[in-house]
Order: sequence, then structure tokens, then C-alpha cells
Amino acid sequence: METDQLIRTLAVDNGQRSLPVGIMLALALLAATPLSTAMLLLGLGIRPDIMVAMRNPFFDLKFVVTLALAIPATVISLHLSRPEASLHGWVWLLLAPVLVLAGAIMSEMMLPQRLPMLARLVGHNSMLCMSAIPILSLPLLAAAMLGLRHGAPSRPALAGAIAGLLSAGFAATLYAAHCTDDSPLFVATWYTIAVAGVAGLGALIGARVLRY
Amino acid sequence: MRQAIAGDDEAYHRLLKAVTPVLRAAARRGLARAGQPADQSEDIVQEILLAVHLKRHTWDVNAPFAPWLFAIARNKLIDTLRRRGRRIFVNVDDFAETLADEPPAPTVSASEVETQLKTLPQRQREVLQSIAVEASSIKQTAARFSMTEGAVRVALHRALTSLTAKLREQ
Repeated sequence: METDQLIRTLAVDNGQRSLPVGIMLALALLAATPLSTAMLLLGLGIRPDIMVAMRNPFFDLKFVVTLALAIPATVISLHLSRPEASLHGWVWLLLAPVLVLAGAIMSEMMLPQRLPMLARLVGHNSMLCMSAIPILSLPLLAAAMLGLRHGAPSRPALAGAIAGLLSAGFAATLYAAHCTDDSPLFVATWYTIAVAGVAGLGALIGARVLRY
Repeated sequence: MRQAIAGDDEAYHRLLKAVTPVLRAAARRGLARAGQPADQSEDIVQEILLAVHLKRHTWDVNAPFAPWLFAIARNKLIDTLRRRGRRIFVNVDDFAETLADEPPAPTVSASEVETQLKTLPQRQREVLQSIAVEASSIKQTAARFSMTEGAVRVALHRALTSLTAKLREQ
């Protein structure tokens, strides 16, 4: 086919235009959230003492940490969906959850604790945590990939990894309502391992499906 | 591009025509720098144009146009080189003497779109060929295949989308 013919055809097709990536991503995530929430409620349930737990600032902090990961990761993934975008200058946003977590660990250190440090770190349910977060994140990861496919990232594996962070961030926010380990040391260890696993999976999938 | 996004098809046509020589030069330069023959540069140009078309909603109307355009061009060039890297190529030097006799014809036709076109579903292929090769309008195409104009538009867009996907996965 001649290039002039192709150009004329593309001009004829100008009426067909995609919605912005942000809207597609938002719609996809909104559709997947009920699914992940249902998986949490039916599969694990919310911890029974949640009303008491909510008065513990370290329980509430888990949600702050996970959302401090999920929201910046969403912003970065939208930025990276533009072909000319790079991570440069944006990667600092990912320090948000690290800073919140570091602050939480320090304040926990300053308060008197019933359990020794290692016991708090090991917690009760580290295995469940490491498997539940990735499983809960699967519908969200699929949705993020579907939404971001409308974009044009120059580095698909990187964009996929950030999509993994955003879906793991939201999945961890859900899981935190079940998790009875509130110590920031526990969160820093096991949540991080789970989130890193999902980010790696996201990079693998992204390298394939986010190419344009 | 701003007018094109606002729905001005004429402006869009002019824009694509204007950027094509620039893209062609960039593709030739890129191939030369990679030590590859420039024979496939038109394939790259067509792939860039398709990507520009299908991803034009990722351009921020307030951002400069050139960096966006060249990011897509670069991506497609790298893609092509990577794809080529996986294939076995005959050493061109072996044919240097025969090649030297042939004048470098400035071609504006490319073969890969043509090849992938054949693998499209029949209706999509017919609509795309009617509009691209025979220069029919949406209306004429609709009349010929007794389809609604809306169905022709959808078939054309699907054809372009799957053509792009096939070029990427080849």
C-alpha cells in the first residue's frame, strides 16, 4: 500500500477516537474493585475486632501506607502512558509510602511495646499476607493493564511494574482490613515482599501487553 | 494536530502529509546508523503513521507536538530493528556488485502492510481496500457493500487496529 493512500485512509478514520487513558483506567479499576472486595469479604472476611482496632493508630496507618503507594503509582502510570514520558522526576512520588512507613516504625520504637521487636516483625499471618495481597490484586492488575493498553508507554515493562504497584497498593488496602498484624515492622517486611512480587508480575505482563 | 483532534479531517490529512517526509528521513537515518539497508524505511514510516493515528489521544493538547511524535517514531524504529535482529540476514557485502548496478529507486510503497492486509477478516479487508486503494468515500463504500455508514466506519477502524496489532506481533 502506498503511504499516501494510508494517510488518506487515516484522515477518513479521524472520527473514531479513543477516550483518554485516565478515563479508561478509572473505569477498569472501578469495575475490578467490587470483585477484589468480594474476594476479601467472602474468602477472608474483615477482622472481627475492627471497631476496637480502628482506635489503634497503627491499624489506621496501614491504610495510609498502602494508599500512599496506590495513589502515586496510579498517577505515575498515567504519566508513563504518554509516549514521550519518562520516570525522571516522578519516581520520587514512590517515596511517599516509604516515608510514612519509616515515620511509623520510628514512632512505634518510641512507644512501650508488649512484644519484642522480632515478634512484631514476624507477626501471626505473614504467609497469608504474602499470598492474599497478590491474589486480591489480580483483578485490579488485569483492569490496570486493560486501561493502560489505551496508552503508549515507551517502556512497557516499567509501565507494567508501576501498574503492579498500583494494583498491589489497592489490594493491600483491602487486605489491611483483615490483617491482625498492625506493627509497621510487619507491614514493612511482608507487605513489601507481596507488593514487589506483584510489581514483578506486572513487569512481565506489561512487557507483552503494553507494547503499542 | 489541535484542529485534527477537534474533528477537522482536512487539517489532520495536511498534518500527516507534512510530517511524513520528516519521518521518512528519520527512519532512513535510523536504519543507516544501525548499519541496516534502508529498503524497509517505508514500512517503518507506515507503522509510525498507524501508531500516531491510533494513539493520538495520548497527546496532551497543551504539550509540544514534536517530542510526542518523535517518541513514537523512535519506539517504532527500535521495534523494527529488534525484530530484524531476530531474523537471519544475508550479508549485503556479498551482493555489493550486483546492488551497485541498481539505481536506488525512491519508493513510497511498502510491502508489510500489504502482506498483513491479506490476513484481515474479509469484510474489514474489503472496506479498507475500498477506502485506501480505490479512494472511495464512506458513503460509496457503504452503498457498494450494502452496509450502513456507521458499520463502514467501525469496520475501517477495526481494520486499522488489527493491522497495527499484526504488524507489531509479526
